[in-house]
Amino acid sequence: MKSTEQAETEIRAVLRDHGRLAQDIATLAADADLYQAGMTSHASVNVMLALEGKFDVEFPDRMLKRSVFASIDAIRGALAELGAVAEAPDVQVAQA
Amino acid sequence: MQTAQGGPRTPAHAPALRMGFDLVQISTVARSLEQFGATYEHRVFTDGELRYARSGGALVAQRLAARFAAKEAVMKALQLAETGVGWRDIEVVKQAGGDCEVALHGRAAEAAQAAGAEQIQLSMSHDGDYAGASVCVLFAPSGPVLS
Repeated sequence: MKSTEQAETEIRAVLRDHGRLAQDIATLAADADLYQAGMTSHASVNVMLALEGKFDVEFPDRMLKRSVFASIDAIRGALAELGAVAEAPDVQVAQA
Repeated sequence: MQTAQGGPRTPAHAPALRMGFDLVQISTVARSLEQFGATYEHRVFTDGELRYARSGGALVAQRLAARFAAKEAVMKALQLAETGVGWRDIEVVKQAGGDCEVALHGRAAEAAQAAGAEQIQLSMSHDGDYAGASVCVLFAPSGPVLS
């Protein structure tokens, strides 16, 4: 299981390589809307597949929601739910 | 809220028709095929969709891009973005006469039924590096079907 810091670094790398963002991923806040930053629905598929490879998980169909891939925080929360990343207290609060 | 006759008013009806549209860059699909291969193919497309796309030789990415656009257009028209639906639950089926139709499976089919969807019409096209699809969903006039 990866720490939240490690996870964010790796999520940002995946988004840089596959997200097709119009903005530099390094300048995006963890809660910034990735779709507003230029990520298309098709790019989100590539992001999902790259995350699955990097974190050795598989997103079940029930998690294939726009909101799950809408921000770095949301992705980290989903990976935590899949047991690949340590739970972040702030993410838990946001989901409550 | 009461009607003039004193009875409850009928709840507002669901829209009778809803549209969805999506556009996909064909070269990005080609890149996904290169990068993720069979994992990408089988996560997004059904066996039938893959069989038809491969029958087109060099048109594989173009055909898959149009089908991905169709799946996204269906999701928009049926408002499935937060339902949790796999892409393979929305299938583009090529008919013998050449037309394409949408077939829904699993959670997509359940959601469409719950919303009262009666017909789904699909139109796909492509030009240059882009493929697009528009979908029109016709709903039962009485609104959501309660079962």
